[in-house]
Amino acid sequence: MVKVTIDGVEVSVEPGTTILNAARQIGGDVVPPAMCYYSKLPGTGGKCRTCLVEVAAGSAADPRPMPKLVASCSTPVQDGMVVNNKSSQRVHDNRGGVVEFLLANHPLDCPICDQAGECHLQDLGYEHGSAKTRYEEDRRIFEPIDIGNKIKLHMNRCILCYRCVYVANQLTDKRVHGVLHRGEHAEISTYIEQAVDNDFSGNMIDVCPVGALTDRTFRFKSRVWFLKPMEAERSCSKCCGKAVVWMFGNEIYRVTARKDQFGEVEEIEQKTAWLCNDCRFEKKEVTDWNVLGPRVINRQSVISQGKYATTIDKPVKRIS
Amino acid sequence: MESLTNRKKVVSDKPMTFMEKLYIPAILKGMMVTLKHMLKRRKTVKYPEETRTFAPIYRGMHVLKRDEQGRENCTACGLCAVACPAEAITMTSAERTKDQMHLYREEKYAVTYEINMLRCIFCGLCEEACPKEAVFLTDRLVPTQFERDEFIYGKDKLVESVDNRIDITKRQFTGKRTKI
Repeated sequence: MVKVTIDGVEVSVEPGTTILNAARQIGGDVVPPAMCYYSKLPGTGGKCRTCLVEVAAGSAADPRPMPKLVASCSTPVQDGMVVNNKSSQRVHDNRGGVVEFLLANHPLDCPICDQAGECHLQDLGYEHGSAKTRYEEDRRIFEPIDIGNKIKLHMNRCILCYRCVYVANQLTDKRVHGVLHRGEHAEISTYIEQAVDNDFSGNMIDVCPVGALTDRTFRFKSRVWFLKPMEAERSCSKCCGKAVVWMFGNEIYRVTARKDQFGEVEEIEQKTAWLCNDCRFEKKEVTDWNVLGPRVINRQSVISQGKYATTIDKPVKRIS
Repeated sequence: MESLTNRKKVVSDKPMTFMEKLYIPAILKGMMVTLKHMLKRRKTVKYPEETRTFAPIYRGMHVLKRDEQGRENCTACGLCAVACPAEAITMTSAERTKDQMHLYREEKYAVTYEINMLRCIFCGLCEEACPKEAVFLTDRLVPTQFERDEFIYGKDKLVESVDNRIDITKRQFTGKRTKI
């Protein structure tokens, strides 16, 4: 076990753990945000640069600070490492710069986007973004296209995190979409439109940190904060069948995987609870599911806004 | 019990004096008050002929605005409904098709948009929440009705007509963004 200090909190982790995962073991404010890294998908990370942290001391043997900020999702910890995330102004400023770059081509059509309310880029922009844009050039504009008959791709909103590509590589038998072109022209696409058709392709929607890949069966149906997320399960031969159904009254509007506090699909019985397309898109009747009860939602989340019970008993700030 | 305030007046029933029994000084005193008020400026207006001017930021009946090209601004984002403390706003949305480009400004539009005027407390939070400058409160009043369901205003009553625009310029520049 190696000892590492993140924002003044000491934690001992397995050797080879990345700084980000060590911070996640502490939890709370010290966890750097991650747009491209997805712990359930090996190989992800290192692309978006939002998780940059300052290493104030490299290790106990060599306590010199690292000259540049490092990507915490792909930097392994060393014994005696001292990391600053929230406590470093330099990290905060840098992250603001990264957010500005991510938003350079982002259309900011949150009022339309189905991801609004559970969007990682929205959270990041809220915390680090500036109210004004310095970008004078025209943004890249793509028409939204249907990839497969259940998924809509809004390339305008994509931040090229490659998570969906890893999902296709690791969950499905063959990948039929990917990133075309390079640099400024890079875009997610299929060569033949409507080509994505695999039992697990719907998980692309869950891993997408922005609203680039959205559910066509839920498209513009409602806003997430008007729906009630309920934990539900059903016996499915293809997947674990454990999901969250988003209900309005007695109707199921959409089905998503269960996500943890980092926005990643939960692990249930040591297995990542990916959903098959059948459960996600076809089973929209209450009788299809065994609804277990309401899902615990963070009070600060907009999803808990519509309900009086959760907004009235807000935690009171104590004067100490 | 002893009174907590000293506002209580103790009633007395002592017999009236001769001067009081005449009543004339008291009547004259009362007439003086009346006369004084006759010379003062009237505080009321003759309502149907005369109306009071509303403050430019008066919060009356809502309007759903259109842009310069006559397209509806509202994109059914639901922020007004979530901001509404009285839960008066409901809406459903749909995707704009190719031949509706001239009707709706954004990709998504409100198929139905209803404000229950009986629930509404005219606080103006919907206007404040709106990111598309679509919903505004105006200086128009909600007329009285005989049935309760007539107070549920749909898009037919809320959206301004293309030729008869509702002027909201006075309230538009109150620190909000000016360019879309």
